[in-house]
Amino acid sequence: MKLVVTIFGKDQVGIIANVSNILAAKKVNITSVNQNIVDGFFNMIMMAELTDSSVKLAEIQKELKEKGHEMNLEIKVQNQEIFNIMHNV
Amino acid sequence: MITIDNILETNRMITENKLDVRTITMGISLRDCAHPNINQFCKNVYDKITKSAEFLVKTGEDIEAKYGIPIIHKRISVTPIAIAAEACETDSFVPVAEVLDKAAKEVGVNFIGGFSALVEKGFTKGDKILIDSIPQALSTTDVVCSSVNLGSTKAGINMDCVRQMGEVIKRTAELTRDQDALGCAKLVVFCNAPGDNPFMAGAFHGVSEAEKVVSVGVSGPGVVKHALEDLKGADFTEVAETIKKTAFKITRVGQLVAREASRRLGVPFGIIDLSLAPTPAVGDSVANVLEEMGLESCGAPGTTAALALLNDAVKKGGLMASSHVGGLSGAFIPVSEDQGMIEAIECGSLSIEKLEAMTCVCSVGLDMIAVEGDTTAATISGIIADEAAIGMINNKTTAVRVIPVPGKKVGDSVEFGGLLGRCPIVKVRNNWSSEAFIARGGRIPAPLRSLTN
Repeated sequence: MKLVVTIFGKDQVGIIANVSNILAAKKVNITSVNQNIVDGFFNMIMMAELTDSSVKLAEIQKELKEKGHEMNLEIKVQNQEIFNIMHNV
Repeated sequence: MITIDNILETNRMITENKLDVRTITMGISLRDCAHPNINQFCKNVYDKITKSAEFLVKTGEDIEAKYGIPIIHKRISVTPIAIAAEACETDSFVPVAEVLDKAAKEVGVNFIGGFSALVEKGFTKGDKILIDSIPQALSTTDVVCSSVNLGSTKAGINMDCVRQMGEVIKRTAELTRDQDALGCAKLVVFCNAPGDNPFMAGAFHGVSEAEKVVSVGVSGPGVVKHALEDLKGADFTEVAETIKKTAFKITRVGQLVAREASRRLGVPFGIIDLSLAPTPAVGDSVANVLEEMGLESCGAPGTTAALALLNDAVKKGGLMASSHVGGLSGAFIPVSEDQGMIEAIECGSLSIEKLEAMTCVCSVGLDMIAVEGDTTAATISGIIADEAAIGMINNKTTAVRVIPVPGKKVGDSVEFGGLLGRCPIVKVRNNWSSEAFIARGGRIPAPLRSLTN
């Protein structure tokens, strides 16, 4: 399953490390990263692929949400299909 | 290939412009539940609904999480009870409404529609029992919605029913007066009602529908408004193009959700209803879309033209995005559920007469309009007759959902709460009686379909 992970919040040490650690533990392969910092605000979009079918998307969402809460970041994980279908005929 | 801009645009629509899938509605046929004993019939209905829709809410929530798109309502529509319960040997269908209420609560949906009768040409025994049962049914249940179709382009208008529905609405208001006539917010009178509408209060599972279907209603006036914000001063060709493109994107999301819900539930996909359905939330208003086109306030001259363009462009854009389109499809103009409409009524730019004109070109009709509590049944019937005539002649769906709030006068306001919103009491020209007109009864014949001037 192809995923899109979006992260938004105040820049701080360890955002990428923390998020990618969780993804790695869940056997999610990161295929591309687009990141920038504007006025101290961190903005990142990751494309990723969930390879292990025994891992549930809901588990990943739950862990990242908790981490986001802890670090005061907004972290969203979505199935990529919603973007494909909306922007391609 | 999706780009970063695509991702940002979609997520902006969801978070800032309040894009959502308004409803996943499961239509369930109750025709096989018929039984002469009403208790057995109610048992059959309860069992069928709870079994069919057991996983509806959970499925909706799972899809919501998977794509990160809010799915606001999960609902059920059933075969019009006047048909399904007709064989019951009884003089009241109130127990049926109560069992619908219980079944809906058991599966966790927030509304169940289909306490309905289709009487555009005449009444059967079941139709009469159902219509007589409406006021009590709506006052003793919480989530049951009722609708009556009393006119169509093919059959004309059943004026006996028009007269009766004025009285039914008054009686419903009276029985739910301690909740500001909330019962009337769950009762809609139609002309040309579609049998596949997923939106409440008018949803029912039409007689020509399959055993079970899943239909989806999309929304998104905030997204359309945002798209138009970049078009200040642009001509209407450009405005229409932009609305079409936006409607396409909104509808694609609905199609994705419908397909997935259908697969997960093992129930065939019915239709997508391409509607711009507002909510009382700021920025989720159809009136604001019309104002974005250049009207100072909704209701100003030009409003009907703006709405016509909007309604048509939404359909054109949405049609290509979905494999099956149906239901009401267009822009809804409920007053209490749209912050822009509420403000327009309050500032005086919008009147019930202008709303009536707007219903000639919008997708439904006079919707969620609170009127003075002492508005007579005949005046309400007059409003219904006018609205049904617009639908009949123009070959479109029209509806009336008015709420005569006991004890309220023009200048007052009524709060229904939640998505039903808040409504200032709207002035009706009731200094002049419609009594003798409504008292006639009978049928208005079906209209000519040629020489259409």
